[in-house]
Amino acid sequence: MAPVLPSAAVAPPSTVAQRRSRTGYVLLFPGMTWLAVFFAIPFVTLFVTSLQTPVPGKSGRYQLGLEFGNYATALAEYWPAFVRSFAYAGIATLLALIIGYPLAYFIAFRSGRWRGLMLVLVIAPSFASFLLRTYAWKTILADESPVTSFFNALHLLPDGRILNTSIAVIAGLTYNFLPFMVLPLYAALERIDPRLIEAANDLYASPVTAFRKITWPLSMPGVVAGTLLTFIPAAGDYINAELLGSTKDRMVGNAIQTNFIEFRDYPTASALSFALMAAILILVFTYIRRAGTEDLV
Amino acid sequence: MRWLRRNLVSIIGILVLVYLFIPISVVTALSFNKPAGKFNISWNELSFDAWTNLCGVPGVCSSFVTSLEIGLVSTLVATLLGTMIAFALVRYRFRGRSTTNLIIFLPMATPEVVMGSSLLALFLNLRFPLGTVTVAIAHIMFIISFVVVTVKARLQGLDPRLEEAARDLYASPRATFRYVTFPLVLPGIIGAALLGFSLSFDDFIISFFNAGTLVTFPIYIWGAAQRGIPPQVNALATLVFVIALLIVLTSQFIQYRRRKALAAN
Amino acid sequence: MAELSKTDQVEDLHLVNLTKRFGEVAAVDDLTLTIPAGSFFALLGASGCGKTTTLRMVAGLEDPTSGSIRIGDKDVTRLRAFKRPVNTVFQSYALFPHLDIFENVAFGLRRRGVKNIKPIVEAMLELVELGHLARRKPTQLSGGQQQRVAVARALINKPDVLLLDEPLGALDLKLRRQMQIELKRIQTEVGTTFVHVTHDQEEAMTMADTIAVMNAGRIEQMGSPAEIYELPRTVFVANFLGQSNLIEGRVSGAGEMLDVAAHERSFRLPRERSSATGASIILGVRPEKMTVLDAPDAARVPEGHNVLSGRVTDVSYTGVSTQYLVQASWGQELVVFEQNLIVGDRCEVGDEVVVHWSPRHSFGLDGNEDIHAGVDSAVLALESVDSAPAAGDGE
Ligand SMILES: Nc1ncnc2c1ncn2[C@@H]1O[C@H](COP(=O)(O)OP(=O)(O)O)[C@@H](O)[C@H]1O
Ligand SMILES: [Mg+2]
Repeated sequence: MAPVLPSAAVAPPSTVAQRRSRTGYVLLFPGMTWLAVFFAIPFVTLFVTSLQTPVPGKSGRYQLGLEFGNYATALAEYWPAFVRSFAYAGIATLLALIIGYPLAYFIAFRSGRWRGLMLVLVIAPSFASFLLRTYAWKTILADESPVTSFFNALHLLPDGRILNTSIAVIAGLTYNFLPFMVLPLYAALERIDPRLIEAANDLYASPVTAFRKITWPLSMPGVVAGTLLTFIPAAGDYINAELLGSTKDRMVGNAIQTNFIEFRDYPTASALSFALMAAILILVFTYIRRAGTEDLV
Repeated sequence: MRWLRRNLVSIIGILVLVYLFIPISVVTALSFNKPAGKFNISWNELSFDAWTNLCGVPGVCSSFVTSLEIGLVSTLVATLLGTMIAFALVRYRFRGRSTTNLIIFLPMATPEVVMGSSLLALFLNLRFPLGTVTVAIAHIMFIISFVVVTVKARLQGLDPRLEEAARDLYASPRATFRYVTFPLVLPGIIGAALLGFSLSFDDFIISFFNAGTLVTFPIYIWGAAQRGIPPQVNALATLVFVIALLIVLTSQFIQYRRRKALAAN
Repeated sequence: MAELSKTDQVEDLHLVNLTKRFGEVAAVDDLTLTIPAGSFFALLGASGCGKTTTLRMVAGLEDPTSGSIRIGDKDVTRLRAFKRPVNTVFQSYALFPHLDIFENVAFGLRRRGVKNIKPIVEAMLELVELGHLARRKPTQLSGGQQQRVAVARALINKPDVLLLDEPLGALDLKLRRQMQIELKRIQTEVGTTFVHVTHDQEEAMTMADTIAVMNAGRIEQMGSPAEIYELPRTVFVANFLGQSNLIEGRVSGAGEMLDVAAHERSFRLPRERSSATGASIILGVRPEKMTVLDAPDAARVPEGHNVLSGRVTDVSYTGVSTQYLVQASWGQELVVFEQNLIVGDRCEVGDEVVVHWSPRHSFGLDGNEDIHAGVDSAVLALESVDSAPAAGDGE
């Protein structure tokens, strides 16, 4: 993917001597143990919990079991939430790509010496509370707000409102995860030598053709990374659905949270959580394989 | 028309940037509001009460301090552990490198609900009491990966000849680390720590699963959302936003000045 | 300046059977070399021939696969880099970006716990004429200034040997000339042994007292610049250092002068100028040693000179000299440089000419060597493209 430069400067061979010694293991041990105990092992306990059965006569107590039926029950009840999670996250990812690409392109090629500042501005919103920013959309999308009135005037809203509909949830997701789309896109675009685009124009490619044949394919790693970094957290999110949607817009995350914390139905919650992770992993690996950028992982 | 066509990308780009800031301006504006009813979601009357009396609502400031404390401790521990891993990955050969890389990558690709719920499943099965400790454990866990990635990039970008030059100039391995390697990697470590702190401070989902009765700032907001969020919360969030922005802008400005001085030379 | 006076005891640097393998590749192959104390020594060779690896072994940054390194009587082969009395000026300087110029230069002294370093560093900065920039950061300096900081940073430690790895490679041509003189001045002033690695033959020739020409991990020839230019001992040296016309032939004759039979002609060559061992020989002569005459003037060829006839295929005027390409009667193209002493007509393309030179300017090389060794492979490729159509329409 490296742009072809006129001078074939040969880099000196890397001379970082990697040592093999006990020190390496000593450095790895504490951090990796932490990740093993508090990230990897919990997946095992999550799976074990998802197969537990209730202790007869004691509500809220569960015992070791192999109740794969928990998955069937959970999915039977919550499959619409599953579908919504993936649909909302998918649409939000697409929207984020559509509005994020011009921004990333602008920063990479048109912002000149303001580039550093622009990048700061992209991450700056994350400095303000995620919950409050999401909550603020309640104000912006309220029924009498200018935004809602505007869309109503165009007769674009089936329910005549935005707040407490799936539109609000998707809008919130798009907004919240947009920086995760823009930054990888920018990183990929920034690596493109602008002379390649000039060369394409020189070789009779219109701006549109140059974009289709040069810029877009070269930015593909950024597109793949950006869509993944947007889709994964969006599919697991439940804050937007909770704050901006109605009860009809609940996502898997809501179900996991309520089952775990309110109903204390740990097996169902764990089954949903494990199923969500499995579904995301399958989807992600299929996607990466099809996009042909396995070096991403 | 031509002008519009040529600058279309820039116009859209700037509009998207503006869009990113709309909710923040709402958050800030509402910190100067005197809510009409319970809920502070529409403009009523200008008031500086929230700002002059930041801790005026019970629980706001204590939850804020809790988040600060957890953020600081988690960041410190995670930065240390993550930096050690990054050094091991770049500088040492060991068995199981690909597994190690996978375990570091996965937390960044796992939705927060899954991480939060699986950790909760662990604590429940161990009958481990939920609270400050469990939240800090969780935060350290998800910050480590970001630290490893950031510091590793910095370390890989380090010209190996600098350390060789140090050795050539009579620096023992220890002195080389102290006077050359560490100072050169330090900006990366600081950046990673700042990122880690902001992730910890703002985390809701994972904290909520593992907090028990502990109330962090985001958990306070979540609870308040049902009853109405007091403007003090908006004021504090605005404050955090402004401080963070100032830190980043200052460092950008220093870099910019340095580059300019360089160009002028 | 007192602190910077000549190093008291300089000792020779000995490399003995030094070998370094990276997997299958021998980057340095059984190299034996003595670098005289106090000399400005140039290690010259094409990129990738093992120069950097040799230096890194001397510096202690790379462990030799076998062989040893001695400074005087002291074996330093196993001594760790930070304990060797050797310092390096790195290929791209490797100045510490987080330290200012003063601290960069002071680095080695501080690590060795030298007291009261301020006057020493200041004197050193004066020597390289950078006193006024002591508090700048390396990135705020120009390439030439950075280069001098790198030299100062190494020299201040008064090493037994200073290693310079292509120290001028990153500079533009004009600055490079200037720094060549500068480095030479500094070396004369401090008297330290300089081992200067370069792939630029002109740089090696102008700066060094002694040059070792290196090829594929081995030393081809070592000597003063004039010695190796005037009397190359291998085809590689003949081609790599300047240009040579090489003619394959067979030796005969005993006595002071050898007869070389080539292409139904006979050339003469003093015995001591031949390094051929068998009957097969490559006769060489430098282009500027040859003279071109119009064929009708053949009578003016001095008695005893080697002569051949041919046809001019190209003339290029370069100011200082005129460069002719002459196709000899057997088809080989020879290069001749003629000083522009003649007023009036020069030979033109197509002219029938004779080319002559003194036998004392000839040299003999082992006929079993590859006659193209040391020729830039790009040039070789170009030549074969050139000659292909020419051969077609020539007949
Ligand atoms: N660390 C290394 N690992 C593998 N091969 C190397 C290494 N360093 C050098 N080499 C190889 O050894 C040969 C000599 O390299 P080097 O000493 O850098 O040449 P020079 O400095 O003359 O250009 C080259 O073929 C190079 O590719
Ligand atoms: Mg080299």
